[in-house]
Amino acid sequence: MIRSDILKELAPTIKDTLTVMNIGLPSQEMHMIDDQPTNFYMLGTMGLASSIGLGLALAQKEKVLVVDGDGSVLTNMGTLPTIANNVADNYVLLIIDNGSYGSTGDQPTYAGKLTKLEKVAEACGCENVVTCAAEDTVQAVKDALAGDKMTIIVAKCESGNIKVPVITMDPVVIRHRFMETIKERNA
Amino acid sequence: MSVNDKIVDAFARHKVEFITTVPCKQLGGVIEKCEEHPEIYHIPSNKEDEGMGLCAGAFMGGKRSAIIMQNTAIGVTINTLVTLTQYYRMPLPMLISYRGELGEPVACQAEMAVHTKALLAQLNIPTYHFHEENDVEEFDKILEYTFMCNKPVAILTDASFWKGY
Repeated sequence: MIRSDILKELAPTIKDTLTVMNIGLPSQEMHMIDDQPTNFYMLGTMGLASSIGLGLALAQKEKVLVVDGDGSVLTNMGTLPTIANNVADNYVLLIIDNGSYGSTGDQPTYAGKLTKLEKVAEACGCENVVTCAAEDTVQAVKDALAGDKMTIIVAKCESGNIKVPVITMDPVVIRHRFMETIKERNA
Repeated sequence: MSVNDKIVDAFARHKVEFITTVPCKQLGGVIEKCEEHPEIYHIPSNKEDEGMGLCAGAFMGGKRSAIIMQNTAIGVTINTLVTLTQYYRMPLPMLISYRGELGEPVACQAEMAVHTKALLAQLNIPTYHFHEENDVEEFDKILEYTFMCNKPVAILTDASFWKGY
């Protein structure tokens, strides 16, 4: 299974969940598979999906799912201590770990070599870290969203990409639509 | 009332309830006041771009946010300011210690000081410079302006303003 297979399987489960999508192909794939007003698409700024999601989870009550990648977490490794030390039990971070920088042509990441992000997360103080195979990702996300405990999921999959169109929606439209949904949910 | 209290009270008055910080000696006092303030959630970040991500999320979640950092961080955060904060039109007050100005004991700080205002100007970021202690009186209006125009706004605070450290 590659990332887009996971996202296809995951889409029906998360369609009503506030979801922050990582930059590049993950955002583009989810936008193509099932665009929802509950989705925030990152059009730039590599690495910050987990931080944006944490800020969002700390600021309001609804559950927040971040769909991140191993490359982005490596880019913003300082995010894991911040997550661990600012516990938000409405926060689920799904790291789709395909061991490569998918959006830039599948160059290998260190997570695909010797570095284990699940161990890094634990060492940073994250208490609830789940590692799963690609096929078990949907169940892991379902369990995490059903629970009331901050969870980091590291889902291992193969690297590879499908052809997807870029997102042409204006960033302010993405942001406004997302914020209106958040407001309704918290009303 | 101390400058630190005036700044943090103004944040609270403008409903800035989520503040991230990366420390600087000059900012020690104001960071401590953020930590103590009952209406402010203080979240230290490990790097300033990470902090801007946190602020973006908090803002979308309905909480006004701000970042407190050193001017060296302008070098770290240009991409984030442009492709996140400005691109999605989000307000972000940035209280910045302006190291490398008169009274600076660390020579290396002058290297980034000479680029600070030029970089902010290049980014079209409204920039205010607090040099005298009384300059803090403008802080209220700067916050009001930031949330009116949905832009990142820089408040540079130099060693003279902080009376050394």
